[in-house]
Order: sequence, then C-alpha cells, then structure tokens
Amino acid sequence: MSVVLDVENLKTYFHTEYGLVKAVDGVSFHINQGEIIGLVGESGCGKSVSILSVMQLIQSPGEIVDGKIMFEGQDLLQYEANGPQMRATRGRKMTMIFQEPMTSLNPVITICRQMTEILELHLDMDRHTARERAIELLRMVGVPDAASRIDDYPHQFSGGMRQRVMIAMAISCNPMIIFADEPTTAVDVTTQAQLLELMKDLVTRINTSLVIVTHNLGVVARYAQRIYVMYAGRIVESGPAEDIFDNPQHPYTIGLLDSVPRLGEKHGSKKLIPIYGLPPNLINMPPTCAFLPRCTYKTEKCEKEPWPALRSTGDNHYISCYVDVRGKQ
Amino acid sequence: MKEPDNDLMVEVKNLKMYFPITRGLLKRKVADVKAVDDISFYIKKHETLGLVGESGCGKTTTGRCILRLYQPTSGNIIFAGKDISNMREGKLKPLRSNMGAIFQDPFGSLNPRQIAGSIVGDPLKVHDMATGSELDDRVAELFQMVGLDPTMKDRVPHEFSGGQRQRIGVARALACRPSLVICDEPISALDVSIQAQIINLLEELQEKMGLTYLFIAHDLAVVQHISERVAVMYLGRIVEITTSEELYENPLHPYTKALFSAIPIPNPKIEKTRTHIVLKGEVPSPVNPPTGCHFHPRCHMAVEECSRERPPLRDIGGGHLVACIRV
Repeated sequence: MSVVLDVENLKTYFHTEYGLVKAVDGVSFHINQGEIIGLVGESGCGKSVSILSVMQLIQSPGEIVDGKIMFEGQDLLQYEANGPQMRATRGRKMTMIFQEPMTSLNPVITICRQMTEILELHLDMDRHTARERAIELLRMVGVPDAASRIDDYPHQFSGGMRQRVMIAMAISCNPMIIFADEPTTAVDVTTQAQLLELMKDLVTRINTSLVIVTHNLGVVARYAQRIYVMYAGRIVESGPAEDIFDNPQHPYTIGLLDSVPRLGEKHGSKKLIPIYGLPPNLINMPPTCAFLPRCTYKTEKCEKEPWPALRSTGDNHYISCYVDVRGKQ
Repeated sequence: MKEPDNDLMVEVKNLKMYFPITRGLLKRKVADVKAVDDISFYIKKHETLGLVGESGCGKTTTGRCILRLYQPTSGNIIFAGKDISNMREGKLKPLRSNMGAIFQDPFGSLNPRQIAGSIVGDPLKVHDMATGSELDDRVAELFQMVGLDPTMKDRVPHEFSGGQRQRIGVARALACRPSLVICDEPISALDVSIQAQIINLLEELQEKMGLTYLFIAHDLAVVQHISERVAVMYLGRIVEITTSEELYENPLHPYTKALFSAIPIPNPKIEKTRTHIVLKGEVPSPVNPPTGCHFHPRCHMAVEECSRERPPLRDIGGGHLVACIRV
C-alpha cells in the first residue's frame, strides 16, 4: 500500500488575546491509498484543526508554525495557502465534508450551481456537461429524483439529503483523499447509518482514502482500519482499529472506552467509569503530559518528565505514555 | 374510572398534542402537526422510563405535556394520583414544585446574566420554600450534592464548563425536592468523557433521593443503560415499550431493530460480524404522516394491510408492548 499523505510534526498555533493556544502541537500521521482512517478525540483536542491545516484553511489568528505535509512528493506547506498549486489541490485532489451541511452550503445558490462550479473550475467542463455530471453524482449518493431536485436550494433538502449533496460535491473530482469532519454529528442515528454506508461504498468504488474525524468511538469501530486518538493537540495513541479497541494502552483511550455505555449491558449491572476532571485549557500548558491531572495510572516519572514521545508497543501500535498499563487494568 | 394505582408516579392516557398550522390574516387553521398522536404509558415510582426516538418523533413534546408546559389537545395526564391535564395554573403551581426538568442545552437553558446561586435558588423562592440564610444553606447543599464547589455560586454560567453547567441544571431541577424529574437529552451536548460523569450523578441522586425519571434521549445505548423500561417512539406514536433487557434481547418492532442496528458499537469485532439494517428513505413529515402504521413505507416487513389501519399497542406477554401486526 502506498502512502498518499504523510504529515510530520505539524504545529498549528493560535495567537489569541489570552495567550498562545497550541491547538495542534507536533502531530504526525499518514494515510495509505484506499484506507479509511479514524481521527478520534473530544472537542478542542485539535482534530479539526489538524485536517484544516492539511488543507491550508487556517485563518488568522491561527498559523501553521512548523511541520511537513508531504503529498505527491511535494511539501504542501511550501505552497502559498491561496497560491495556484494549493488551489489546484484543494477541492480537487483533497476534499472535505463538513459537519453542518446547512452552514457549509450557500443558502442563496442552487445545488446545481454549487456543484457545477467545482466541475467547471477543476475539470474544465462546460455548463451543460457539468450539469449532467452533477445529476449523475446526485444519483450516485442516493438523492431521489435527482434531475428535478438539482435546481432546488439547500433549504429545500432535509439534513440527511444536504449531507448527501456535500458527499456528492466531495467526490465530484475523484479526489485522492476525502476528509470528513464529524460528517454525521448533526443527523439522526438511522440517517447516520445510511450516510456512513454510502461513504464506505463510494470510497471503495472510486478507490480514494477517507479520514473520518469524530468523537464517536462506535463510528470508527465500524468503518476505520486505523485509528489516531488525539488529546490536547497531540496524538496519544495510534494503531489498527481492532488493536486499539481490544487492547487500548493509553490511559486516555482506556478511559474513553470505559466511559461509554454499551448496548446490551443489563440495567444497573455496571457503573460507568468516567474520566474525572476536565480537558485542559490549551493556553500555558505545562510541559508534562496533558492528561496527567486526570490520569489514574500516573507515576512519579510522569510528574517530572516532559510529555512523552510516541513509542511503539507492538504491531504498528504507538502510545505516548511512560506507563505500561498492561496487567494493571 | 378505577382508583389511581398508588405505585404509579405518572400515567398518560391517550395523550394527543397537535400544533395547528395557520395561514393568512385570519390565522385560518390549515393543518395540524401531530407531534404526539394518541400515546399511553405509565411511570412507576422510583423508576426510570427511557423515551427514545429520532428528532421530531415527539419525545420532547411528551415530556413537556407531562410538565404541563403545553396544554394537551386531548387525553389525560395523571400525576401522583391527580389528573393534571386540564388543571388551572393556580392549582398546578404547588404540584409543579414536585416536578423538575433538566434540559438538553446547558448553554441555552441557563440565563447568561444570572449568577449560578440564584439560578439554583429561584425555584425555592417561587415556591416559598426558603428565604434568607435558609435559602443560602439549601443552595450550598444543592451545589455540593451535584459535585460543585459552593464558593462558585457567584459566578455566571459562561465561567463554567459544559459539564459543570449541566450540574447547575441538575441542581436547579432538584431544588424543590421533586419526586419526578424530566431529563430531556441531558447529556447530548456534552463531551464523551463528561457524559459518564453526568449519567453517574443522575443515577446516584436517584438512589439517594428516590427520584423518578423520564429520561428522553436519542442514544439508545445511553437510554438502555440508565432505564428500567424503555419506550420507543416513531412519528408521534409509541411503537414498542418494555424492559431494557427485553428490548435489547428481543426487540420486536422492525423500527426498534433498525434503531439498534444503526447504532455503531465501539468494538470492531462485533461490528464486522453483525448484520446492519439500513432503513430506506427518511422520516416522513408529522403534518401528513403515512396512513395505517406510520412506519410502513420504510419497513421491510410491511404488507398491504399495514397501510390500512393503525396497529394497536398490544401486550405480547410479560408487559412487552408492541404496535405491529406482523409480530
């Protein structure tokens, strides 16, 4: 399997009036051809900022301060964020599906125009061909009666249908990577199931890679092959999906898995084990591990040493922790 | 009418809540949104009844009818032995102190300009339950009960985190020592690691104070964890109601089955082997719902008969009620 995207030591900081927020602080990850990746974490952990940085969509006061984003043999960070090379990549070779389809579609432009704009710009289609292609794309994502609905405005579509339109736009140029930022958080569970199945099928059909950014561990369990768990701007654990769920080794991942109720557990049979405390404020972070105040496995070493680098604990499984939790659970 | 059963906290009989759609200058009624369409259920004392369904299925409306924030179109709500469905405001007020409500959005449901102590203390003032130092003591006690530091009572909501704000909401709901608490999606707006803290808090408080909960949520896993019995709603109607265990082990209604199968389980091994039912289409509009069984256009088991008559909610044994003629 060839590597499509390789991100090394990415750092994106926000200069706010309260201080420097290290939203993404030394994140490295890679995506293989045709792979589905899960990027998991709670709000504010830097998962969205990481992918926005790859797309170079970070706006002031944010700034990508360091790192390498290798794509097709080139470091994307060498390009101007609004330069011609980046514009030819963004929306064409790398696309994005946003969380809230109502705010990411323009409410006063028809679906047709929003879709054909991409096709005309990136693939040099004329209006007529672009329209035909847009209808075909809507059919592919399961919008019923696509030929007549294409002239509707976003508000005439339901939440699930709008997200299908977003998916159609994301696949329209046969991209190499699709980033889906919480693609199903705004929709109901049965619609979520429909959308995720659809995305999985499309990814296989057009042989692209998909990165699902989510806080829902269930979603990544069903679809992702590899998982990255983020906390406070860093990746704390990564590995093959099955391994992460069967054998989680970072105290944060363990805590996350213990704190969600499972279907089929008898009522009252098991108390949930919450992670105590709160996620840290990213301003003026101490140099030690950010999870330390909430960690139940901490040792003296954790209090003294800086945040540990990722270390291998087996087959493609990495954690950023000094403690060996195996046997302590 | 038979004597009210003393074991019941709430009994809802044939509750309907229609919202009129009006048009034109004269506000002529053109249609109804049938938010809740003839449902009946009960909640026993000290029990948690989970109410689960997708957005727009009427679960929040049901909760608000029980609180009498809405005047039901028809039907009866019997709360602690008294029929409150048509009761006047004046008579309702003393009963209201016996009901609490926790809302979904811990940002929208707290006044941003009011200090936390006064948010929690207000219900006590409204119901003349405490004044002066007694009020302060009770507020401090409530703060401690929900795991907040009483010294934080002079802060305004934005100074708290989402989880802490929801704790303020819980303290406010419990201020008047209610026996029934309506929890309307109390954890949906919270981060995963914080959700468990609030669920545990609610469970502890129930044990300590003998509370009765109506727990409204869309997440079946959470509902199943916290509830003794679960009612599943679809488009204004209850389609299945039974104990949590029975619902998981033996779901009968095709919608319940689809709902279970749609929930991704955080375990790749189970996920790869179990079958997924992906529903066709979307939830129809409650203004113009399908005839007969509301679910029939999306149901894989539907036969012609399903589109004719509304299937009754019938007991198939052991208190397991299901509204489907194909079961």
